[in-house]
This record gives sequence, structure tokens and C-alpha cells, in this order.
Amino acid sequence: MFRLEARPQQSRAMMLATPVLAVIATMIGGAILFVLLGKDPVEAIRIIFIDPFFDPFSRSELLVKGAPLVLIAIGLSFGFRAGIWNIGAEGQFIMGAIAGSAVGLAFYGTAGLWLLPLMALAGMLGGAAYAMVPAILKVRFNANEILVSLMLVYVADQFLRAIVSGPLRNPQGFNFPESRLFHDSAVLPILFDGTRVHVGVLAALVAVIVAWFVMERHVIGYNVKLLGAAPRAAGFAGVKQKRLTVLCLAISGGLAGLAGMIEAAGPFGQLVPTLPQGYGFTAIIVAFLGRLNPFGILLAGLVMALTYIGGETAQFRLQLPAAAISTFQGMLLFFLLGFDLFVKYRVRWARKGVA
Amino acid sequence: MDLSSLDPIALIVSLVIAATPLVLAATGELLVEKSGVLNLGVEGMMVMGAIAGFIAAVETGTPFLGFLFAAIAGALLACVFGVLTQVFLSNQVATGLALTLFGLGLSALLGQSYTGMRPPQTERADIPVLSDLPVIGPVVFSYDWIVYFSLFLVLAVWFFLNKTRGGLVLRAVGESHDAAHALGYKVILIRLGAIAFGGACAGLGGAYLSLVRVPQWSEGMTAGIGWIALAIVVFASWKPGRVILGAWLFGGVTILQLNMQALNVPIRAEYLSMTPYLMTIIVLVIMSSDRRRAALNAPASLGRVFHASS
Repeated sequence: MFRLEARPQQSRAMMLATPVLAVIATMIGGAILFVLLGKDPVEAIRIIFIDPFFDPFSRSELLVKGAPLVLIAIGLSFGFRAGIWNIGAEGQFIMGAIAGSAVGLAFYGTAGLWLLPLMALAGMLGGAAYAMVPAILKVRFNANEILVSLMLVYVADQFLRAIVSGPLRNPQGFNFPESRLFHDSAVLPILFDGTRVHVGVLAALVAVIVAWFVMERHVIGYNVKLLGAAPRAAGFAGVKQKRLTVLCLAISGGLAGLAGMIEAAGPFGQLVPTLPQGYGFTAIIVAFLGRLNPFGILLAGLVMALTYIGGETAQFRLQLPAAAISTFQGMLLFFLLGFDLFVKYRVRWARKGVA
Repeated sequence: MDLSSLDPIALIVSLVIAATPLVLAATGELLVEKSGVLNLGVEGMMVMGAIAGFIAAVETGTPFLGFLFAAIAGALLACVFGVLTQVFLSNQVATGLALTLFGLGLSALLGQSYTGMRPPQTERADIPVLSDLPVIGPVVFSYDWIVYFSLFLVLAVWFFLNKTRGGLVLRAVGESHDAAHALGYKVILIRLGAIAFGGACAGLGGAYLSLVRVPQWSEGMTAGIGWIALAIVVFASWKPGRVILGAWLFGGVTILQLNMQALNVPIRAEYLSMTPYLMTIIVLVIMSSDRRRAALNAPASLGRVFHASS
């Protein structure tokens, strides 16, 4: 049998290698799954993981789907590093979308360059305010932030349904539960003609760079990492644990809210009940796949966007249900977490009876 | 609004039925947490149980086999979690989340062709004389055998934890895995067993949803019930008897809001649908706010990674 020996320091090589290994293992696992489903595994893997790179429209869609994933995952990475588990990003995404859309619709028909920044601000505030619920309940009442933030996803989803069939319903929409199509000045400008790539992609890039700076060069990042690695030591070093908890949830909520606003004002151009597509949950995987490092998250976001786009193609080419993709995503996270062992431990083979 | 159309006996019966999946899943998770493991994948195991049970019941025509397969499916999925967290020493929170994502996806994939079907009916325990009694008959003796089984399960888990040597060992592992290891107990094996048992219970709870409570299969039909089961364990302060209380509380809220929707109360249906989730949050806050008491009942090693260095 084998035994595990703790490494004195985490292996850097393994840190970089394991996400790649996990993706490869997921492809193999996925191929087995397709065989069991009676589909051609080689074709399925090609459609999902390779074809999107050779189609110009799919390539641009990588950026469209990747932007919200990266934004949310960047925010989540702060909390995860500090040991604060906000898994309700989906709810904060929805609330940000509602807040941003409400501002956009309130100024319906008014032109002005100030409108989109105002909507983005509203989206961020909406998401951050919603994340304050688990934050305050955590620091004041010691309530588990995992369960509270998750429960709030279901609440937000119902709230979105209520709001698009109530206050924000399109007055000329024949009672359909949808908002009006946003006015031109409330729709994100397109960066490249013929694609859906919008300025939200730039926002995601900015977030990556700012997050790297804060995490690696600012005392906030240092405190976050310290709190996650050694909570007691952080306390002795004067890190205000409660304040940091609130800050981490505010950052992740704000960025998730911004992603929601970007999704509403970008690809959708209106508020609809089908707006949330699980980005808030997928972003958890993106954060781990990217090793909670901003640039890693950027790459991981593109990989996960790939599975979304490939999954859509596979839906009509192979009659796969949409849910096949979450099977993949869950599998990817399994492999990633399993391979993490090799980052922290060294595997020693030992003959029976020796150890 | 016409309240007289509400039949209190029917309300209590539907409350107990709504609470049963929660009783099953929360009791299983309670044992898992008592062994010091936090498995956040209850939702995923439940939904896998729901579809595995549904497929088995439809294909064989026997609800009993449905429940059996649901328990097996839940336990198998739990074993994935067990191997990752106990052998590969992965983070329990993240692994539990992965389990939920994976379970939701795989169940949707398996259940693609089963949407809209009706499962065979699960038999009710029809006890002569007793079931015909007025009031007591329908309220106490009118359920299917799974309801009685779930209550028996709570009793059995209570007995195991508090009155048997095995239960003592399991609790010791949950309080201090290092001490239990030093005493020669197989920490990893005990935890794997507890995790598999928790998975089987969650699977049964899921099958109860798809075979009795709804009864139908639809994608993601658990709709957060697995997460509520996790909250009920906190609510119950890790005491089996209180799990029933918590589950009935949530069953009551669910049934009440559904009835209010049916009665056309002048509140939007969406806002009424929020109430079980909001209720969960309120209960969590109340139960967690007294830090000293919350820490007293929670297993001390809950969620911590165990690695025997020698």
C-alpha cells in the first residue's frame, strides 16, 4: 500500500499541473459517460472541447460567457482564501441584474453616457447589499454563511419572477413575464462587429488586474490570506476578522452583482426569468480551477466558458440534455479536489508490514 | 379568502408527508456530522436517490425496489465524497458542493426520458380498525410504510448514538479524531461507514419525493430540500429527536404556503414560495446566536481533515 507524507511546502509544480490533469481526467471520464449513454465519445469530446476554437462565432462567445464567470470567480476567490464560503453568488448575480435593470428602465428613453456606469454601480450595490445578509448574520449571530447565502439564491430567484411579472413587466408585453427591451443607451456597446462581445469583457479584465494587485501587493490581500491559513495567528496579528468577513462578502457580492447587470444589459438586453444560468455556481469551480489566483481564474473562466458553448452545440448535435454540462463540471471539481492531494502530500509506496 | 375550506386533518397528513424527506435526509446527515464529517452534498444525493428510485420503481413496478435502489444510489454517490475527503484528504466544503453539482447533472441526464411519467403507487399501511378510527385513524395510521420507517430510523439512530458502544466510538471519532486514532479506532473506516449511511438516508428521502410526495420526476426537483435538511441538523443541535420537530416545522410552513397559494391569498405566489427558505434562515440565526451553546453540541472535529502522521 501507500502512505502519505506531508510536504514541508506546497509543491508549486503540482499546483500548476493539477488543473491541467483534472481537465484531462474529466475528458476521459466524460468519454466513459458518453459511451454509457450510447453516444460516440470521440465526437462528443471534439464537439464540446475542440470545435468551439475553430468557429469564429464560438471563439467570440468564449469571451461573452467567460466575462461573468471570471467576474464572479474573482470575487469568490477573496472569500475562499479567507475561509469564508459564499456559495450564493447566483443570488447576488440575480439581485445585481434586477438593480441594474431597474435603473436602466427608470431612465428609459434618456440618452447619456452616464447611464451605463450608473447601472453598473446599481448592480454592484444590489449584489453587495444582498451579500450583506449572510455577512451580518454571520458576524452578529454566528449563522453559517454557506446555508444562508444558498437559501437566498432560491429567494432571489422567486423575487426575479415576481418582479418581471410585477413592477418591471413590459407594459406592452401582453402580460408576458419580461421587462421591456432596454433602450440603446442602456445596452452595453459591442466591441467587435458581428459578435456579441461587449465592454463587460473589459470590466472582467480590469477586475483580474485589480484583484491581483490587491491580493499580492496590498495589506488587504495579505490579511485575507493570513486569515485563511491561520485564523488564530491572524487574530494575534490584529486582523479584524469580522470586518474582513464583511469585506470579502461585499467584494464577492458586488462583483457577482456587476456580472448580473452585465448579463442583463449585454447578451439579453432585458430582464427575463431565464437570465440566471447557473454562472454563480459554475464560478465556484472556476475559482478552484484557477487556484484562487486572478490570472489562473482568467484561464479557468475561458475553459468553463468552453464547456458552456460546447455543451450548447452538443445539445442539438447529439441530443444531450443541458444538464450533461453540470455533470462535467461536477466531475471536473471532483478530479481537481482529488488531485489536490499531490500538492500538499507526497505519496510514498511502502511494502506491507513495513509502515 | 375562505379558511373554512381548509381541513385540519388533511393539513396534518400533508404536513407529515412533506416533512418525511427532511426527516430521512437530516437523520442521515446528523450521523455523518456526529462522526466529524460535514457532507454538503445532501442535495445531490437526494436528487440522485429521487431519479434512481423513480427509474427502478417504474421499470420493476415495485416501489419497494425503488426505495432500495435509491438508498444504494445515494450511498454510492456518498462513497465518492467519502473517498475524496477521507483518502484524498480534500476539502469537505468544496467536495460537498461538487457532489451537489454532479448529482444534479447526472440525475437530469439519467431522467431525460422519465419526465411526466407516473410511478407505481406506494402502498399505505392499512391497519384494520385503527385506520378507520375517526381523526386518529387518518392522522396517525394512514401513511405509507416509509413514514413509519423514517420515525423508526430516528429512534434507531438515537439508540445507536447514545446507548451502544459503536455509537460511543463514532462520537469519539467526531469529537477528537486524533484521540480516537491513538486509541486504535479506525477513524477513516468509521467515517466512510457513516458517510455511506448518510448517503443512503438522503437517497431514501429523495425517492420519497419522486415516488410519494410529488409523485413525478422533474429536473432539479429537490429544489433546496437537501440544503434545508442540513439546516435542520443545526436546528436540532445534533440531537435525533429534534430532527422530527424541525422537519415538521418546515413541513408545516411548506404546506401552509402551498394552501395559501391555492386559496388565492392576495400575496403573489412568488413571495409565498420564498417562505420555507426565509424560515430556514431565521431558524439558523436563532439556533446559532448563542455561540457557547452551539459549540457545546456541535462535534468538535466537524469538517476537519484527518491525516494520521504515523
